Amino acid sequence: MGAGHAHRLYRHGHSPVHALPPHTKLAATFAFVVVVVSTPREAMWAFGLYAVLLASVAYAAGVPAGFLLKRLLIEVPFVAFAVLMPFVAEGERIEVLGLSLSVNGLWGAWNVLAKGTLGVAASVLLASTTELRELLLGLQRLKLPPLLVQIASFMIRYGDVITDEMRRMRIARESRGFEARGVKHWGVLAKSAGALFIRSYERGERVHLAMVSRGYAGSMPVIDEVTASRAQWSYAFALPFAALVVCVLGWTL
Amino acid sequence: MHVPDGFINAPVSAATGVVAAGAVALSLRGARRELDERTAPLAGLVAAFIFAVQMLNFPVAAGTSGHLLGGALAAILVGPFTGVLCVSVVLLMQGILFADGGLTALGVNITDMAIVTTVVAYAVFRGLVKILPRTRRSVTVASFAAALLSVPAAALAFTFLYAVGGTTDVAIGKVATAMIGVHVLIGLGEAAITALTVGAVIAVRPDLVYGARGLQQKLKLRVNGELVDAPDAQTVPVAARSHRKVWITGLAASLVLAGFVSFYASANPDGLEKVAADKGIDQRTKEHANSDSPLADYGVRDIEDARLSGGLAGVIGVGVTVVAGSAVFWTVRRRRTDDTSPTSTSV
Repeated sequence: MGAGHAHRLYRHGHSPVHALPPHTKLAATFAFVVVVVSTPREAMWAFGLYAVLLASVAYAAGVPAGFLLKRLLIEVPFVAFAVLMPFVAEGERIEVLGLSLSVNGLWGAWNVLAKGTLGVAASVLLASTTELRELLLGLQRLKLPPLLVQIASFMIRYGDVITDEMRRMRIARESRGFEARGVKHWGVLAKSAGALFIRSYERGERVHLAMVSRGYAGSMPVIDEVTASRAQWSYAFALPFAALVVCVLGWTL
Repeated sequence: MHVPDGFINAPVSAATGVVAAGAVALSLRGARRELDERTAPLAGLVAAFIFAVQMLNFPVAAGTSGHLLGGALAAILVGPFTGVLCVSVVLLMQGILFADGGLTALGVNITDMAIVTTVVAYAVFRGLVKILPRTRRSVTVASFAAALLSVPAAALAFTFLYAVGGTTDVAIGKVATAMIGVHVLIGLGEAAITALTVGAVIAVRPDLVYGARGLQQKLKLRVNGELVDAPDAQTVPVAARSHRKVWITGLAASLVLAGFVSFYASANPDGLEKVAADKGIDQRTKEHANSDSPLADYGVRDIEDARLSGGLAGVIGVGVTVVAGSAVFWTVRRRRTDDTSPTSTSV
């Protein structure tokens, strides 16, 4: 969650992955993550294979490794939690480098780290190869309630505007020598939040009036209907199917 | 508190997914009533507001800072249904776009951070506003308490989900202590900022605060030197408020309860067996080896753990029941008060 980098999430390109219809990509990503999560944690090699699969998708999409790795930093807080696990978990203990660690805790930490990282990487790949608007259309194609899609699209559309307003208020505070140092400054922050709420709410009312005056009656017209051919579906599902094979091998071996 | 993939096991993730989907469906209906046809643009802008406000870091203690969860704030400012909807949309977008919280853990995240915080906060808020005198100050006080309780409640809900479907066996007592201890601190900050924010909005646009709608004075007209009540500008549609809503709420609450309780019941013997296998057998052999030493440690700790976990389950159960019950009660109550005295809210 950085400030206003929504437009930097997408990485423009003309690869076959970029060209896929958004709902096939969404479904494929979700299926992939489900398969990864249901893999037994003892099959360590399976997670390596998953990483190879994702890396090949990234290669096909022309997403450089550095970009992907930088975006993976989002999960650092969970890593900190996972690192704690071997120390606090129950069960039998083993000595590693003079530290007494729980075996179950080590497995648990590995489980969360591996699955969490693969899930984050899959989401990052999805977001960097699909435009925001396409992503929302894809969600609609996947039968998410249209009202929810509309709310999400308004949130995305105005997210940057509202965040920028927040940023301007922060700059205004800081240029007057304000720095949030302790509890006594909470009031200033809260007043900023209050002002921001009034501004966003009033903007919402204005947006609604503008829409009504242009004939809005509660639902948005769908202009560009995206459909996916069988070939596109099978191309998108190559990733989760390959992952499924690995998962089945992981359970049987 | 964004839960990553692989942290909670598959059945619990699926169950919370069903709970989240049901709650979002219910909120979609409710939000239409709170905001009528303005739902999409207004809820979208409020979601963007929550998204921005979550970046507002406030210093908690030396060196560390927390950020707002925003569930309580949303519930009080725009109403519980819109609040659940907005926070859910924020979580959905964070999951898909920012990879913040796992895709398969979306149900867990929405249940924990959107539903529990908003529902607990709004139940507490409503209850306090009913008890306290009808002033602006009491709205601020009630929002403080609501936000203060909503954050540890979310931590408690997380601990519960972890107890049922956690993939590692860290002792539940430890998880509970750590989660609730940290989140009581964060809750204090959240409470102060929420209360001050609500106070700031009330001072400027009291009509925008959903939770303070009951405070509005009736419009008076001076006719021939006498004060008379002005006629209501708009009347609340009576047809929309039927018994069906109460039934749906009750049904959803009982479904949630049944789902969770059955999961707990099915998971518990497993957990006990596991503890017996992991601990009991090993330690009993150890105890036999040096039975003369006062090894009350394990016994006490075991009992404590059992009691703690039992008590925790009880507290959570009671909490869920109270919240569900008061939600039903509040729905009935609101319907009744609305029938007798329709308040005009001109926004």
